[in-house]
Amino acid sequence: MTARDIAAAVRSGDRSAVAVLEEHLDRIAARDEELHAFNLVTADAARAEAEAVDAAVAAGADPGPLAGVPIALKDNMCTRGIPTTCSSKILEGWCPPYDATVVRRLRAAGAIAVGKTNLDEFAMGSSTENSANGPTRNPHDTSRVPGGSSGGTAASVAAGFTPLGIGSDTGGSIRQPAAFCGVVGMKPTYGAVSRYGLIAFASSLDQIGPFAQDVADAAALFDVIAGHDPLDSTSIVDFEPVASDALGRGVDGLRIGVVRELSGGEGTVEGLSPDVLARTQEAVVALEAAGATIEDISVPSATLGLSAYYLVAPAEASSNLARYDGVRYGLRVDAPTTGEMNTASRTAGFGPEVKRRIMLGTYALSAGYYDAFYGKALKVRTMMLRDFAAAYEKVDVLITPTAPTTAFPLGERTADPMTMYVNDVCTIPSNLTGHPGISVPFGVGDDGLPVGVQVLAPALDDVLTFQVAAVLEAAGGPR
Amino acid sequence: MSERISRADVVHVARLARLRLDDDEIDLFTGQLGDILAHAADIEALDVGDIPPTSHPLPLVNVMRADVVTPSVDRDEVLAQAPAPEDGRFRVPPVLGEEP
Repeated sequence: MTARDIAAAVRSGDRSAVAVLEEHLDRIAARDEELHAFNLVTADAARAEAEAVDAAVAAGADPGPLAGVPIALKDNMCTRGIPTTCSSKILEGWCPPYDATVVRRLRAAGAIAVGKTNLDEFAMGSSTENSANGPTRNPHDTSRVPGGSSGGTAASVAAGFTPLGIGSDTGGSIRQPAAFCGVVGMKPTYGAVSRYGLIAFASSLDQIGPFAQDVADAAALFDVIAGHDPLDSTSIVDFEPVASDALGRGVDGLRIGVVRELSGGEGTVEGLSPDVLARTQEAVVALEAAGATIEDISVPSATLGLSAYYLVAPAEASSNLARYDGVRYGLRVDAPTTGEMNTASRTAGFGPEVKRRIMLGTYALSAGYYDAFYGKALKVRTMMLRDFAAAYEKVDVLITPTAPTTAFPLGERTADPMTMYVNDVCTIPSNLTGHPGISVPFGVGDDGLPVGVQVLAPALDDVLTFQVAAVLEAAGGPR
Repeated sequence: MSERISRADVVHVARLARLRLDDDEIDLFTGQLGDILAHAADIEALDVGDIPPTSHPLPLVNVMRADVVTPSVDRDEVLAQAPAPEDGRFRVPPVLGEEP
């Protein structure tokens, strides 16, 4: 049952939100021990919220567009009085004193938050294996990773635990797990969704976005969470996009570019799997059949995104994570002086990938290396903005694979960080440019696992990504 | 030892970042950070000329709001989550007399 169907049934009084919730809690109870999508299931709080929705309906009020729809929240979204850990030992047991703006918006729309999902610690990773709580498994094949860092949310939606989920995307952390788990995941334009209450990783790249089992549900969720928030100074003013209305518009007459460097064409990045490229090509054919004009487009600096990202993101992270010092919240390891206490707390609290990125960022920002690394990376960011702007002079949207491969086996890439980082090669550019992107399932790979195709659009054209994704979904057939 | 980053660099950076590494971790991170920086050689070698840097994807302006009192996060609720609250404040070990 889609989120739209659930909301319609609950709003009309045909189904009770409590009954819907219990059905989903039963599914979680039956299979989450195996998958570990959730760090925490907040069943009692969810029951209270569902009862309130039912009471509102009984009283003749409208609980909102997502009335009674169970939703999973990535465990880096602040929830007042409910533990929020970022899957890190350093925040174990910490209960935020306020709700993230997305959490408040979801509640106001009638959605029922059922729990906090697993992630790579502080959203740093592409497999959800960098979690202090252990990995999440891919519902399609439990020997495989779900992708990351929003792997718990992706698995929850793919397993039917919740029709909807919330993730965050700093370098592909919504789109790549959506591709690996065969669901829809979308990263909005930077500033389209408030980051208030999203625990910061890399502030100029982080963006919250929707997960769903189909494009229309993802659009319905996007419509609820997008919009200006005075509590986030980077939130775009006067931008209130509505994606749900655009889904039937089709692609007739639309100009669609295939990014050569990210899709196996001339000068392409290495490591793109042939089956993934074949599905991407089939998606292009389907869009052409639906009336779009297809063009081969070069975005030369797209190949530099990976290097630029793995300097910019760690640099920002090293600054953001300086706040975990054992003073105001989280883990404290006692020591005779404050400096020793800071070091002891951080050493005990952070896992290896977080330490690696803090060190990389500290190095990239340090005297003597700033110009060679961080400063250069910021200039590459300008090059990418210019190259994408030039591409969007010629076409309306761009197509690439979402990830180079289908879901890989657990443990395969944990020893060598670079083999993990290359997962993000196709998704990173839109974080550096702030542009929107969506991953939509399109067939399966040679191993039978889901493949995602990515639709990119210029800043503020979020609605267009849903419009094109709806056509791909219709063409992609059963999955 | 990697040619990109030395063991001494790693020890120095860990100190700046308030992290303590044991010998095995120093070896591991020296190799891994070297590999990552080797990948970044493509942009290190790039001639970027007078291209201006972009630190943020959207043009940012200072955001001001009216100077009116609005509800704040509750102080007691914040302090309840601190490792060692005392008399409405955060208690820490001695700061004076530490090495810089």
